Amino acid sequence: MSRNKSKLAGIYLGLVLAFIYLPIVCVVVYSFNEAKSTALWRGFSLQWYQALFQDPDIWEALKNSLVLGGLSCLAAAVIGTVGAVGLMKVKFRSKGVMEYIATLPIMIPEIILGMVFMAFFAVLSLPFGMVTLVIAHTAFCIPYILMMVKARMAGMDPALEEAAMDLGATPARTFFDVTLPLVMPAVLSGAMLAFAMSLDDVVISIFVNGPRLNTLPVKVYTQIKFGVTPEINALCTVMLAVTVLLLAIKRAIEKGGNVK
Amino acid sequence: MKKKKDLWSFTVLPLYLFTLVFVVGPLIYMVALSFATNREGYGVDWHLTLENYRRIADPVYLDTFSQSLRLAFTSTLSIMLIGYPFGYFMAKLSSKWKSRVMMFLMLPFWINSLIRLYGWIVILQTKGVLNDILLRLGIIEDPLKMLYSYPSVLLGMIYTLLPFMILSVYSSAEKLDWSLVEAARDLGAGAVQAFFTVTLKMTLPGLLSGMILTFIPSMGLFFIADILGGNKIVLVGSLIQDQMTRGSNWPFAAALAVSLTVLTTLIIYLYRRITHTSELEGLY
Repeated sequence: MSRNKSKLAGIYLGLVLAFIYLPIVCVVVYSFNEAKSTALWRGFSLQWYQALFQDPDIWEALKNSLVLGGLSCLAAAVIGTVGAVGLMKVKFRSKGVMEYIATLPIMIPEIILGMVFMAFFAVLSLPFGMVTLVIAHTAFCIPYILMMVKARMAGMDPALEEAAMDLGATPARTFFDVTLPLVMPAVLSGAMLAFAMSLDDVVISIFVNGPRLNTLPVKVYTQIKFGVTPEINALCTVMLAVTVLLLAIKRAIEKGGNVK
Repeated sequence: MKKKKDLWSFTVLPLYLFTLVFVVGPLIYMVALSFATNREGYGVDWHLTLENYRRIADPVYLDTFSQSLRLAFTSTLSIMLIGYPFGYFMAKLSSKWKSRVMMFLMLPFWINSLIRLYGWIVILQTKGVLNDILLRLGIIEDPLKMLYSYPSVLLGMIYTLLPFMILSVYSSAEKLDWSLVEAARDLGAGAVQAFFTVTLKMTLPGLLSGMILTFIPSMGLFFIADILGGNKIVLVGSLIQDQMTRGSNWPFAAALAVSLTVLTTLIIYLYRRITHTSELEGLY
């Protein structure tokens, strides 16, 4: 009886997982299809990848996305790490409130964040483009790094820093020689998460990217609205491969962190 | 020593500055904007007014709100019915299978949600995979029009938000002390009764948190309605986006955004009151 029950449970889990993977598999499979517009299988072909790699717009969008992800990730890593370390040390009364506000960008719906950024940047008369994109992405990247580093700091022995200070190290020296190496794994995995979120974002980017600058997801979004083309299948498959690669790197970093 | 402590406080400066200027600033501006008067053409006048909020009650917009709420309720309910058993069964697996299922669940999470939604277009479009299969099997004679309809938007919502429900329920069910369920059974409760009096009650925080994590986004995810619904389904999120871009009535968009934020905050506040917790279950 119980055996049958757990078999049924297993079938249920399998079915739901199949539902989750079905569209992903379809995109990958049909990116290798020779036929242009139908779901009919006409044979294996790499022509859509060829067309994709020859499209300068795609390369431009990819470059923008990587620059954006890199810059906002870096800015968020610096602000978030230094901030997290600082929050552990200081005893301001505003601390809890600030911490809460700093994590707001991942708590409130993306549409609202995108909308307020658009209105705010317009009133500051910042030109819409890479600058506004980097600011907006930095805002929602900081919480990931802040949370990761804080969690790591909580499990850290404060005696290590005190020892360095007692031996005459300046706070700056203590930070770079003791604190930073200790929290580095958390910074890296937080940065990886933030980078992935930046590469994934379409809602906020659409509001602040301006008329001329496309990121890869924004490009995909506008193309999808025109309908299905095999090039998008190929593009999606490439993005998928990049995601899996990033995940593998993240895992490797985390494993490395554990060994230490 | 005192001096060294003072130096540490400089480290929070970048975080404080950035947060004040680029998080607090825009949010305050949004609230202010929602009371401003829209100028014909472009820009706003700072005549304070409640007109933007009153406008939400206009039949056209009220209709959007109720349509959006209905979709959010329907998708949350469907996600609950699919996701709760998944999280529950998952918590009962051996730890080896737990981590395997978790990996399979998290992997698509990392894949751009646009790509996953796009996959549904490949499947559902008139010349798509599903129609092809049904035609070949002789179940239908003419291809069905499945895309750009209410059910396809609902499917997109369920598909995108289901993992949030599963993770919430799982993290609650994982902590459940199964001996309590056994005790209820030993004391003569039937399987159904034991489930409703013990299991469901103990996993309620996860279930409620999953409902919040699916309900709130399902009012804002305008790109799902856009991609899978054509122009037919309008969410509160779509309305905000439309007012920001084509409609160019920013004060009205701000009033909509403030209302949505207030609604969101209210729901989360109620959750905290009911479950006596401060964090949403399964969020991190």
